[in-house]
Amino acid sequence: MAQIILHKADTRGGANHGWLKSFHTFSFSSYYNPERIQFGALRVLNDDQVDGGMGFGDHPHDNMEIISIALEGSLQHEDSMGNVAVIEPGEIQVMSAGTGLYHKEFNKQADKPVKFLQIWVFPNERNVQPRYDQQKYDLDSHRNELVQILSPDRADAGVWIHQNAWFHLARFDQEKELRHSLHMPGNGIYIFVLKGEVSVAGQELSERDGLGIWDTDTISIKAKPGAELLLMEVPMQV
Amino acid sequence: MSVNILVVCVNQDILKVIVRLINANENWAAVGKSSLPDAIDALLANHFELLLIGSGFTESEEQGMADYVQNTIPDLRIAKHYGGGSGLLSAEIYQALS
Repeated sequence: MAQIILHKADTRGGANHGWLKSFHTFSFSSYYNPERIQFGALRVLNDDQVDGGMGFGDHPHDNMEIISIALEGSLQHEDSMGNVAVIEPGEIQVMSAGTGLYHKEFNKQADKPVKFLQIWVFPNERNVQPRYDQQKYDLDSHRNELVQILSPDRADAGVWIHQNAWFHLARFDQEKELRHSLHMPGNGIYIFVLKGEVSVAGQELSERDGLGIWDTDTISIKAKPGAELLLMEVPMQV
Repeated sequence: MSVNILVVCVNQDILKVIVRLINANENWAAVGKSSLPDAIDALLANHFELLLIGSGFTESEEQGMADYVQNTIPDLRIAKHYGGGSGLLSAEIYQALS
């Protein structure tokens, strides 16, 4: 029988550094909640807003698959591999930190905030060669369906990571019911609502609510017009 | 009384950051080593509550270190560090010590 865990938006941890406002679905930095450590291999789901011209200075990472999804504004990334890139809404960025790298990221625009999700997934292999990639996706041409933006397979749609994980985004302009089958046994699905109202496994979800489901091989999603969601399938055992 | 933590990580820049971040907590005291032999020397010379294994070691090296600790210092707790910075560090330490 399917098991679920519900994380309502207002139960997330938070940090307000003035220039940075962040909501943490799982324990991160100074927010520690032993009941909210991870959902399987999904370890970090941060909902960040950075003021114009501000950002995170040079800092290191290792052994983590780090995914950023821009929601509003422009996020500039620079790293020790020589990559300089900007992501905007409609783009996903991935960094396999592996043996270690430095990077900085900041709001490219001086007068508007940038809003983005930063997602960390445990890698299925430690100490890989660090790498960076980014890709565009198009939700408007594929409304009312799930659009794959990440997988473990470099030949498949979206960016790829060192983990048996699949991410999809969806934007709805009509009431729609979808069924989604998991790619791998032992995986679970975490749904994060970006906008609007969604019903999953009998749970009514609103903006920024999260719902984890596991011990199932398929899920049903009912979305209302205007809804947007991120669906993340990850291994439940790390 | 501080909790003594030994961090071992091949990347010395990241090691310094991790040690600095841990030592920013007045309840924790960290020492860093960048090789497993140096880490073993430190473990034999000093008392630590936690060994935090960072990046740069093969799976067999990590397992060998875990086996060594289990056989020689069974009270020492071991945790693998992920992320290389401040994001997960506190939670990893709290979890390992709980």
